[in-house]
Amino acid sequence: MTTRHINAAPPALRSQQARQLLLTLVGWAVALTIFFPILWMVLTGFKTETAAIADPSFIFSPTLESYQAVNARSGYARFALNSVAVAFGSTFLALLIAIPCAYAMAFLPTRRTKGTLLWMLSTKMLPPVGVLVPIYLIFRDVGLLDTRTGLILIYTLMNLPIVVWMLYTFFKDMPRDILEAGRMDGASTFQEVFYLLLPLTMPGIASTGLLSVILSWNEAFWSLNLTTSKAAPLTAYIASFSSPEGLFWAKLSAASTMAIAPILVLGWMTQKQMVRGLTFGAVK
Amino acid sequence: MATLQLRNISKRFGDTEVIKGIDLDVNDREFVVFVGPSGCGKSTLMRMIAGLESASDGDILIDGQRINEVGPADRGLAMVFQSYALYPHMTVEGNMGFSMRLAGVPKAERRAKVLEAARILQLEPLLDRKPKALSGGQRQRVAIGRAIVRNPGIFLFDEPLSNLDAALRVQMRIELARLHDELDATMIYVTHDQIEAMTMADKIVVLHDGVVEQVGSPMALYHHPRNRFVAGFIGSPRMNFLPVTLVDISPEGVTIGLPGGDERHVPVEGMHLTADTALEIGLRPEHLVLDEQGPLSGDIKVLERLGGQTSLYVQMGDELITIMADGDVAFRVNDTVRFGFAPERAHLFDGEGRALESLHQHPLAGVTRHDNRAPGTAGEPA
Repeated sequence: MTTRHINAAPPALRSQQARQLLLTLVGWAVALTIFFPILWMVLTGFKTETAAIADPSFIFSPTLESYQAVNARSGYARFALNSVAVAFGSTFLALLIAIPCAYAMAFLPTRRTKGTLLWMLSTKMLPPVGVLVPIYLIFRDVGLLDTRTGLILIYTLMNLPIVVWMLYTFFKDMPRDILEAGRMDGASTFQEVFYLLLPLTMPGIASTGLLSVILSWNEAFWSLNLTTSKAAPLTAYIASFSSPEGLFWAKLSAASTMAIAPILVLGWMTQKQMVRGLTFGAVK
Repeated sequence: MATLQLRNISKRFGDTEVIKGIDLDVNDREFVVFVGPSGCGKSTLMRMIAGLESASDGDILIDGQRINEVGPADRGLAMVFQSYALYPHMTVEGNMGFSMRLAGVPKAERRAKVLEAARILQLEPLLDRKPKALSGGQRQRVAIGRAIVRNPGIFLFDEPLSNLDAALRVQMRIELARLHDELDATMIYVTHDQIEAMTMADKIVVLHDGVVEQVGSPMALYHHPRNRFVAGFIGSPRMNFLPVTLVDISPEGVTIGLPGGDERHVPVEGMHLTADTALEIGLRPEHLVLDEQGPLSGDIKVLERLGGQTSLYVQMGDELITIMADGDVAFRVNDTVRFGFAPERAHLFDGEGRALESLHQHPLAGVTRHDNRAPGTAGEPA
């Protein structure tokens, strides 16, 4: 009886199921295509140099040879530490500046608030190379070249527009009544922000911070141009594997894998938070 | 103990003046309701009293002290918001104790005060819950509890019942009235619902376009509206208005000509009128009586049977007149009815909408909610 019922499913339902299946397949295909270069990089990292340039193959005997070679050549740890310090340092600084700024724009707007926001975002439209020379000269003159402080500063400025913009949208979604109730209860502006605004917009702040960390981590233009050795982050580390001696695919892959691993893990762990933050306020 | 005085308060947003010079006295332990249509400025006025909005002009005095420049938390007020504005990340206890936590009150004392307020509001079993786990009525009570623990001289309520369903609204209305008696505090309440105003207020302030139209007890406003706006706004269903002609003026009242030709003598002060004054008569639906000898008539267009009462909507010329009749009237739609009214129940308005003063004060005009209670009960004003 039951079997007959299933077989007798109306055609509309069956075509819906077929569509579902097709969509799933397309989804997987797109995801795998996007993921494939990363997978290939990880696999290549575990090959010997000869295997790496031989015909592409999934079947090989994995070796840690490249990793050992990479580690022997230069300290991954130092570069990684620079990346961590610079990414988190600049994110912290950007949030510190952006939170009061977004608060003022969201809760005490003036006629020029919208214009200011747009202007801030417009600075992101200028290619950074346009200001490379002046910034390089300023950094040289004040002694910020090849320092973490210098990179933190430039990354903070680089991410500030987007951080302010995101926080502004999260803050704007916060019901004003709650802040006013806080004020009636005797909260100072600082207490209002600390006890009410920050806890209630934490998902938004977290995803903003995470985005800022990722952007800083991946940034290569400024880090390659403004650092040499002392403050060089992982992007500079990978770049050092190309050029003079020719391309060593296995070693380059091993180094790259190590460079993206921390941020990949961080992204994986916080993906729920990320998605919630990025769609926060979109659905009420 | 707290009184409030407003002296020539006004508020401008850019070029628009939303509050136009308001004077008001609120006595200690009074329940005052600001009522008016949306956009009349009632919420803005309350927000200025609360300190969430600054006054463009004029003085706000609490207990005789000017407090225009005092912060919202230091005015000795507490406010209940329309949206409740509970802190979603705190428990009920955290919400109610937040003001004390900010003020650095020790934990034990904080808890004692929260428990006391929770007892009054029957919130004790819910103290550990977060707002999202509460029903609308419970959230409302937490918002009130948050106000109570601050022990304010004046409570401010900004349309607190508008988010509740009808049954709960009636229940909360009764609870608020009870709370007023129990707490013995001055309360100011904003609403657009004239039933809330009528049932809870000692004093109603009718606002319209940023101006106070009339201040008085609910019964005074009902029986002696000062103008056409108040007459139309207070009372449900709405008062009927009909144009009438002026026939004669005497010290005993005004004689008017009704549509249909009959004349009636209405006991109002009319000595200042001139012969060409345009007049309108205001008749409340509940004061119209079906009467075969009545001076007015029309065709029934709609008939609503409520059981105990029947609303008749009668077409008279261009006007649709509402009559509250007995539940068992035998009329049907399109029947012609005749009806009348007792002249002392009629209101007359001149061309500018001003009411002609009645020559007889209604016996209940001075009665407030307090006077409805037996003497000697708690909260009786001294």
